[in-house]
Amino acid sequence: MTWFAIGSMKDIPRRGARCVQTPQGRIAVFRTADDQIFAIEDQCPHKGGPLSQGLVHGAAVTCPLHNWVISLETGKALGADEGAVRTIPVNVEGERLFIALDAIADKAA
Amino acid sequence: MTEKLVIIGNGMAPGRMLEHLFEQAPGRYAVTIFNAEPRVNYDRIMLSPVLSGEKSYEEIVIHGDRWYVDNAVTLYKGHRIIAIDPVAKTVTSDHGVTEGYDRLVIATGSVPFIIPVPGNNLPGVLTYRDLDDVHAMLLAAQSRAKAVVIGGGLLGLEAAAGLNARGMDVTVLHVMPTLMERQLDPAAGYLLQKAVEERGIKVITKANTQAIIGDPRVEGVALADGSVVPASLVVMAVGIRPNAALARDAGLAVNRGIVVDDAMRTSDPDILAIGECAEVGGQVYGLVAPLYEMARVAASRLAGDDTAAFVHADTPTKLKVTGIDLFSLGDFADGDDRQEIVLRDASAGVYKRLVLKDNRIIGTVLYGETADGAWFNDLKKKQTDISEMRDTLIFGQAYQGGAPLDPMAAVAALPDDAEICGCNGVCKGKITGAIAGKGLTSLDDVRAHTKASASCGSCTGLVEQLMVLTLGDSYNPAAVQPMCSCTSLGHDDVRRLIKAKGLKTIPAVMQELEWKTSCGCAKCRPALNYYLVCDWPDEYADDYQSRFVNERVHANIQKDGTYSVVPRMWGGMTSARELRAIADVVDKFAIPAVKVTGGQRIDMLGIRKEDLPAVWADLGAAGFVSGHAYAKGLRTVKTCVGSDWCRFGTQDSTGLGIRIEKFMWGSWTPAKVKMAVSGCPRNCAEATCKDVGVICVDSGFEIHFAGAAGLDIKGTEVLGLVRTEDEALEVIVALTQMYREQARYHERIYKWAKRVGIAEIKRQTLDDRERRRGYFDRFVFSQRFAQVDPWSERVSGKDKHEFKPMATVGYAAAAE
Ligand code: SRM
Ligand SMILES: Cc1cc2nc3c(=O)[nH]c(=O)nc-3n(C[C@H](O)[C@H](O)[C@H](O)COP(=O)(O)OP(=O)(O)OC[C@H]3O[C@@H](n4cnc5c(N)ncnc54)[C@H](O)[C@@H]3O)c2cc1C
Ligand code: SF4
Ligand code: FES
Repeated sequence: MTWFAIGSMKDIPRRGARCVQTPQGRIAVFRTADDQIFAIEDQCPHKGGPLSQGLVHGAAVTCPLHNWVISLETGKALGADEGAVRTIPVNVEGERLFIALDAIADKAA
Repeated sequence: MTEKLVIIGNGMAPGRMLEHLFEQAPGRYAVTIFNAEPRVNYDRIMLSPVLSGEKSYEEIVIHGDRWYVDNAVTLYKGHRIIAIDPVAKTVTSDHGVTEGYDRLVIATGSVPFIIPVPGNNLPGVLTYRDLDDVHAMLLAAQSRAKAVVIGGGLLGLEAAAGLNARGMDVTVLHVMPTLMERQLDPAAGYLLQKAVEERGIKVITKANTQAIIGDPRVEGVALADGSVVPASLVVMAVGIRPNAALARDAGLAVNRGIVVDDAMRTSDPDILAIGECAEVGGQVYGLVAPLYEMARVAASRLAGDDTAAFVHADTPTKLKVTGIDLFSLGDFADGDDRQEIVLRDASAGVYKRLVLKDNRIIGTVLYGETADGAWFNDLKKKQTDISEMRDTLIFGQAYQGGAPLDPMAAVAALPDDAEICGCNGVCKGKITGAIAGKGLTSLDDVRAHTKASASCGSCTGLVEQLMVLTLGDSYNPAAVQPMCSCTSLGHDDVRRLIKAKGLKTIPAVMQELEWKTSCGCAKCRPALNYYLVCDWPDEYADDYQSRFVNERVHANIQKDGTYSVVPRMWGGMTSARELRAIADVVDKFAIPAVKVTGGQRIDMLGIRKEDLPAVWADLGAAGFVSGHAYAKGLRTVKTCVGSDWCRFGTQDSTGLGIRIEKFMWGSWTPAKVKMAVSGCPRNCAEATCKDVGVICVDSGFEIHFAGAAGLDIKGTEVLGLVRTEDEALEVIVALTQMYREQARYHERIYKWAKRVGIAEIKRQTLDDRERRRGYFDRFVFSQRFAQVDPWSERVSGKDKHEFKPMATVGYAAAAE
């Protein structure tokens, strides 16, 4: 597992998200109202909607396409819906943000 | 033969009496009422919500003019009775009307007590009793200057909270060491003072008013300690005195109030007295519950029932200030023969105290958590021996007998004769019986049939729980459908409270209205954001993170995560130059699909998010602005070719459509707004299924609204015909603004109109010129801040981060 610096907390608006491009696909990095940071795959388990474009509330995001609500902590769909996205480990050092990716080498080619 | 019943005063007590009387003895009396106030009967106890802006006068009227007509009651509004002649059996008003009676009811209420200090009659010194006082306070509040309320009792605190909500800087002067000392013990009084001060209201206790100073208007209040509290408004709320002068002059027996027996008869058997002016069993009253009891007795007696008699009962006191929960009942003074049980939870701001005598509750003070008030009241009323549950008593009903009950189970466990509505003395069994027996399904029905929660409204929650218990799933509390699971308030309440409390940010709304989640959800946040944009166009900073993605990035998201872009084509008109620019953009960015929309313009679909700013830059250079195809805002104004070309055209429908679109674009609305203008009744622009449509005719412009052609199909309603284009524009704008100010988020015009009523909308936006102009001006004002092209803003760098990834990582090996 490798930690990658992706920028600073300030780059992400509170209750918002930014994307990080990786060889494993797009990752959505969220910042909550109380400055918690979460990273998950940017693909809704329902029909692949870009979760980074959703509305962030508490530690959850509502998908912009059909309003599934996904927990940022577990990646699981909340409420009656079933499904999950991959969560990505995040580390916050002061303002600096890191995410961990594994087995990059295989896919990078 | 009908007898003549004359009533002096048209307050809450006689209003209730007549309801009973008309039920029990319809047609027996010809009723005439004289009322010094120039209006119908209204719910006086709801004046505080009117003062604070949480309710309007119309909402607190008990009997509208229609009621008097339907019941053949003659009401003399604005007539003060100046003399009663018990020998001739007549009364005479200050306007010179003399009326004879067989039976007379005096219900003159109370007069506010004015403290006898110099300056107490200066302009700017008010009391708090009727609607005129509220209007005078509202006028004074416009200055947003300093106000002093003398009196820290129920009335004074409600006045202070209301003036504070209206933006005044308020100080409460209270002569005793703690607030509401007649209803609260010092501990609860202290908590109350803290809560009042947290709202920004200053409280000075032990404040002894010496004089009111100022010339020619009030400038301040001088206290005995030599200090002066500056004020441009002074409200005296230090107590009331029964209004008995008239009765005294007529020779009736008067003590503190007009002396009556338990049948409500005065010393003259043909004259009854009820309400705050009456003294029964040596007591006078200042809360409605006992007055309603008097009303019931008087009605029965007038109807010929000789057994009805008044019995005294303690009435709980509640303060009607949003966010402060307190309940007080009975006697809570210390004493050797009494024990008390106290519960304090400082972090939750909760204080409870029960005063017991011989193992029975005689007094209750609850602060911060009042849900058990009804239960304690019931135990007290029945004088239940509580020794068995002494240890857990204070924790409330939920803790009795094992596992804690949820609130619903607690209500279910109340006995049938437990009092639910204190104001109207309605018990549980009466409510559940009426629901089941009369097949009631809405809160309004239950209020109409039982009166429960129809006065001060603080028991509404309990009544609704009873409805759920009785009706099960079939009860649909549509009237109070909460916005979402983050709050129990409905859209209308939230809108009203935002205005009333001057809430100007989403966190302020969530804090003040006690949101249950820390930062809302995808349902409430966009709605709140809209309400705030609409209500405070100049002051509110749009919360971009509370907008749905389309409104955040100003394009429509597609199923594959790409976006579509629809520029405005004013009124559906375009040109070779515009079409060429669109063609160039399509080529340059390899846009996969181009389509003519159903809204008379062109849609470019499948654009990558990263490309959006560049696409907009090119479109902007050709003069295009955003078409807001994504917005809860003005979408398109479709037109037909009209008199410019068409052989049937009566007016320049294209020109009017363009004019409307140019005037109104950029405005945010509760749901999307689509318009159309057709040049003649053939209606080629399909104006009769739009939110707002215009059909041009020879004599002018027929304005239509409340149509739909999406999920529902509905032809428009006709608002009316106007002569000129200018007037058409003004009416359409006013209508839109009324909708903006009143509708619930996501509610299209046709749904809102169904709720509000076509006639009412017509009255406000077509007939009432002044109101129409008011709406128009407010729309124009808000456009100053709204009519900014979001595309060009983003081309020049706004929200840059939205359109590019934060980082690209993990490609190092491949890139090298
Ligand atoms: C592009 C267009 C279809 C077309 O190719 O012609 C269109 C496309 C969409 N319509 Fe529409 N509607 C389009 C004209 C209409 C019309 C016809 C009209 O406006 O004259 C109607 C019926 C009239 C009406 O609104 O009453 C219409 C009734 C709807 C509805 C149902 C609304 C309702 O309250 O019943 C929705 C769903 C919604 O808004 O929740 C909808 C929603 C949508 C959305 C926004 C769906 C979505 O949420 O993604 C589509 C966006 C596609 C995009 O990215 O452009 N669209 N839609 C038309 C754009 C007009 C424009 O220039 O802005
Ligand atoms: C701001 C406020 C808040 C209150 N809150 C509560 C509460 O939460 N709970 C509660 O139980 N109670 C509350 N009360 C008290 C309650 O409103 C009164 O107890 C009740 O209205 C008294 O009813 P009434 O019919 O006796 O008199 P009123 O309602 O006062 O009516 C008397 C009427 O008689 C008219 N009148 C007087 N003299 C004459 C005359 N000579 N000729 C003709 N007409 C005359 C007056 O103009 C007035 O309209 C509140 C009162 C106020 C002012
Ligand atoms: S609205 Fe009337 S005038 Fe205009 S195009 Fe249609 S038919 Fe012709
Ligand atoms: S793709 Fe996310 S809810 Fe459908």
